Amino acid sequence: MPRSRFIKDTGLIVRMSTVMFLLGGLFVALIVGLMFAAANSGYSRMVPIIGLIGIGIAGWQWWNSDKAAMRAMRAYEVTPEEYPELHGIVDRLCTLAEMPKPRVGISEMNVPNAFATGRSPDRAVVCVTTGIMGKLTTEELEAVLAHELSHVAHRDVLVMTVASSAGIVAGMLMQGSRFGALLGRRDRNSAALFMITLLASLIVYAVSFFLLRLLSRYRELCADRAGAYLTLKPGALASALQKITGEIAMIPQQDLRAPKSLNALCIAPAISCATLKTLTSTHPSLEQRLEQLARIQAELGRPTT
Amino acid sequence: MGFWDALRGRRTTSAPNLDALFLVPSAAVTLQTSMGLTPTGEGSVCFRSAAGAAFQETQAEVVALIEADPETPEVEVTTDSFGFTWLSIERDPDEVAGLCTDLHAVNTALEAQGFGDGLLCSLVPFQVPGGARVGLVYLYKRGTFYPFAPKGPQQRDNLLEIQVRDALAAELPVEQELSRWLAVWGAPGL
Repeated sequence: MPRSRFIKDTGLIVRMSTVMFLLGGLFVALIVGLMFAAANSGYSRMVPIIGLIGIGIAGWQWWNSDKAAMRAMRAYEVTPEEYPELHGIVDRLCTLAEMPKPRVGISEMNVPNAFATGRSPDRAVVCVTTGIMGKLTTEELEAVLAHELSHVAHRDVLVMTVASSAGIVAGMLMQGSRFGALLGRRDRNSAALFMITLLASLIVYAVSFFLLRLLSRYRELCADRAGAYLTLKPGALASALQKITGEIAMIPQQDLRAPKSLNALCIAPAISCATLKTLTSTHPSLEQRLEQLARIQAELGRPTT
Repeated sequence: MGFWDALRGRRTTSAPNLDALFLVPSAAVTLQTSMGLTPTGEGSVCFRSAAGAAFQETQAEVVALIEADPETPEVEVTTDSFGFTWLSIERDPDEVAGLCTDLHAVNTALEAQGFGDGLLCSLVPFQVPGGARVGLVYLYKRGTFYPFAPKGPQQRDNLLEIQVRDALAAELPVEQELSRWLAVWGAPGL
């Protein structure tokens, strides 16, 4: 009887689903709460419009994610003739994973990194820096590409963008209510409304910030798992991660041109954050990732029956 | 993979249909009568070898199983530059049916031990009268066949590939999406 060596991580799925649910709930609570608060001040009709604009901005970001990320990383698309080896690896991984082949890009940077972006698996682009190609062996590069392809298969760009809508709306409201408090009508009702809005959006913004980072870390762990099962060599991803994260810390700050928003989809974060490090980082700690890979390795090595 | 699986960060693949491999013998006859392509008696299975002792054990068992056949076909295991393992079997050119049974056995044995995810393709090469070779590739994950005709180091004879596809369209599940016709440069027997 064929059985898969894939081990389910129910705990991770439950935690991740909870975070996604909370982020969705936060968005709805913000909009509904504001509608109630604004019910007798004449602004109530504006609230759903603000919500729609927030979703619209998130949607626009998602739609243009491939172009924006490529530009930010100074990456360009390459053909199979230019990089036959890189294309060969992606070709085989996509055949193994039974997914459409994404475009392949190169970014001429010395920082060893890789990222995947794009609005859907059909429109995705997987990009590596020239730094990572020089530092990793073929097997390790393949493991990194498998991790990135898992991001594509899991539609992480879409998930993260949708999840960030609450934060976007809260950010807009924070700006808007500050502006409104200064220039708005000077009656008591609207002044109180602006204060409530400012306070509520501040709280929502802070909460969604932490939840988003948490979700981002869970998505990374998922991509690690899927990538390791795709190549069947968890050890290769582990050694690649050790090489990359170890080296990134040593590279001087002026080389890190990647903007912060892109970090969530990189293989390893390019900017280190000293305070509140574990709570705000977009990536799980190296120890956590290595531990998960070791577990997968043990399962793959389980004796035959 | 469904959207719901994507949301939960899971990767599921469709159940493969290995029985399609048994359609190859009749396809070989068609290729011989309609295009003059003759089987070379070789065949190979390409897969990812998993880390760990369990896989090494499984692979050794598979090789022993094939070699236990009284007609003792030759089995060779090689690794290509992408880190994929090719298990190639060589039999008498007339025994395409026996070859397909062997290929099927290798695929099922790996699948049975939980390594089905690592199976990439199976390949049966044919001899073109002019001297070139064309391979019939079975994609494990899709359950479809496509031809691969290398011409020089990194070039494919697309015309020949299309001809083979048209000749076999009625007999085999042929891969419809041309973008999935993965090139397997330097595969054994090509």
